[in-house]
Amino acid sequence: MTITFEIQRRKSAQDRPYIQRITLETEDTTVAEALDIMNDGELADDPIQWECSCKQKKCGACAMLINGKPRLACDARLSEFPKGVVELAPLKKFPTVCDLVVDRSMMYDDLKTLGAWLEDEAVCNGTGIAYDASRCLQCGCCLEVCPNFYAGGEFFGAAALAPASRLISEADKTDGKRLQTAYNEHFYNGCGKSLSCKNICPAGIDTERLLVRSNAVAVWKREKRK
Amino acid sequence: MINIIGAGLAGLSAALTLAENGIKCRLISAQQSERAQSVLAEGGINAALNTMGENDTPELHFEETMKGGCYLADPNSVEALTQSAPAVVKKLAFLGVPFNRNANGSIMLRSFGGQKKKRTAFAQSSTGKMIMTALIDEVRKYEAQGLVDRFPHHTFVRIIIENGKCNGVCVRDDSDKKLYDIYGSVIMCSGGLNGFFPGTTTGTVTNSGNAASVLFAQGVKFANLEMIQYHPTTFAIPGKRCLVSEAARGEGGRLFSERGGKRCYFMEERYPELGNLMPRDVVSREMFRELQSSADTFLDMTGINAAVWRGKLSDLRSEIMHYLAIDPAKKPVPVQPAIHYFMGGIYVNERQESSIKGLYAAGECACQYHGANRLGGNSLLGAICGGITAARNVTSDNSDVTEAYNSSEPFASVPSPMFVKETGAVLTRGLGIIRNASELQKALNELNAVKCENAVELARRELAAAMLMSALERKESRGAHYREDFPETKEKYRRTTVSVYENDRVNISFEDIPERRNE
Repeated sequence: MTITFEIQRRKSAQDRPYIQRITLETEDTTVAEALDIMNDGELADDPIQWECSCKQKKCGACAMLINGKPRLACDARLSEFPKGVVELAPLKKFPTVCDLVVDRSMMYDDLKTLGAWLEDEAVCNGTGIAYDASRCLQCGCCLEVCPNFYAGGEFFGAAALAPASRLISEADKTDGKRLQTAYNEHFYNGCGKSLSCKNICPAGIDTERLLVRSNAVAVWKREKRK
Repeated sequence: MINIIGAGLAGLSAALTLAENGIKCRLISAQQSERAQSVLAEGGINAALNTMGENDTPELHFEETMKGGCYLADPNSVEALTQSAPAVVKKLAFLGVPFNRNANGSIMLRSFGGQKKKRTAFAQSSTGKMIMTALIDEVRKYEAQGLVDRFPHHTFVRIIIENGKCNGVCVRDDSDKKLYDIYGSVIMCSGGLNGFFPGTTTGTVTNSGNAASVLFAQGVKFANLEMIQYHPTTFAIPGKRCLVSEAARGEGGRLFSERGGKRCYFMEERYPELGNLMPRDVVSREMFRELQSSADTFLDMTGINAAVWRGKLSDLRSEIMHYLAIDPAKKPVPVQPAIHYFMGGIYVNERQESSIKGLYAAGECACQYHGANRLGGNSLLGAICGGITAARNVTSDNSDVTEAYNSSEPFASVPSPMFVKETGAVLTRGLGIIRNASELQKALNELNAVKCENAVELARRELAAAMLMSALERKESRGAHYREDFPETKEKYRRTTVSVYENDRVNISFEDIPERRNE
């Protein structure tokens, strides 16, 4: 198949972005592989910078905007784009480092502010929340589509909901209070419940379920249940 | 202050151990922990918790790890590994890893290859991801206290050696490309050598092998480089191989080959006792032989019941359906062996210390615990225990960070993709599941003919040569190293293959394995 890539490039945060068009003749593969093919071939002297690690949608490194939608490049097949045009751009809610690489450190700063850890032994309640929530990739796709999230705000988005839900589900009473207060301040109070995060999550995490369960404990003070 | 290179499972484990003892460290990594290869580990983590009523003991775990590794591992390290395993898994549960549980609340264990007892604790088929999430959160607590200082998006350039001692590490900030000299002892947790076989392993591309190459060129000794594990059950996806966890066989999956419409359950026929759960080296060799005789090989998981799919293997099922459009509960899945793990690596003693004072190594980058063949379920355990051991033995000193103004640093270069592909193709031909002297020698000649354009390419070629030379020098068959020209296992080769780069050439020697202490 013939695919025309329109890639937003930028040497550094200080440089102006521009669009590079490249046409690739290839079998059906993923956007991630197509980037490798272009970088190893035509673009060998000036390769497109992008982050990549597992190539099987388990690490979240390669999140980017693909035809305007935040996705993992390793999970986007070229055959999904019948018009033969694939636009690639860096995620917009994070500062661009260069080309398709963004600085996602704010997600980690937010989790530190949230106090996303356990102070005491985890309670094993078998609700399955910990398992589902632990699957979060910290890729940032959910923040990109969230109408309430903006960089530097007090609302931390679903990228913090997932770890917070795991911890609230596993914390004992005393530690739970600390986490619930932080959850209310940095998640519940800011969430408009558009649930756009639910449909975009590349790991398929049911953020609505996490939200309902965490709200029940942190906001409505109900006992954790199976 | 200690410098840890790599923020995967071994790096997190080392950082946590140091922090719990009030020792500060820098956690330096090319990417964030969520991107580390440890998140891909599926099947589980071994520990003789004895929760399944089978009278399991750490001693049995020790014996099977030694036997699975064909007696090439340091028995004292394996002793420490297997004795501490139950406490390690209990601590993970303490941190909230959602292990599958028995009805009485105890941690459930499943069967894994090369082990006669159920010994593998698991969280469905995403055990690595679950453990990583819990450890990332736990380490964050110490980041907030200032005990762990993270440096993500920093790439290892080289270690700083002064008077024969490792006094620090030079790294590159990947954002502004500046180089920094960071002083203090170093623990390497940089992962396996997947990058030497681009596109053909189950690992991540972050494990480029560049750090190992530079360390080798700097004179650090490596061991057992010929011991490369082929996992029996993988399938191709764009740019890599995708693993079908050994848990699939642990839960009842059966391998068969098909020739002219006739099925042969070759593992069950040839190995009646352990059948599909023989150690990986044996299974991969049998798979290879079936494929050589022009049969197709499949994993039949249709006998696994719905409750097991739902409660223990749900991620595996959805992954196979996603990539192959096959429901493994209904139809056999075509699988072939592929490179999965490197038993060899930086030569370390039981304190995880390398041949250079002040330099430690843990996790897959180190040669530790697994001998000639790793048992499934021992890699997550090895990464955690290696990290703990390194952290307990490393000495902390005052250290600082200074910008290194030397812009002509030779090891700041990177190998070109063409170079990586070319050398990778040569290694793949030489270091298959079944090897012989003429193929190895041919590969070595081809490798030496590949031109190097910079210092890292040269370093990489020399480490690649050391892999082939180690395989040539080991004139026997043992574990993952099978020589068709020397099919027997020989007692005189029950020694560690040691590779060192000195005076601009690679030297291979064999060193004795320590005796097990009576304690």
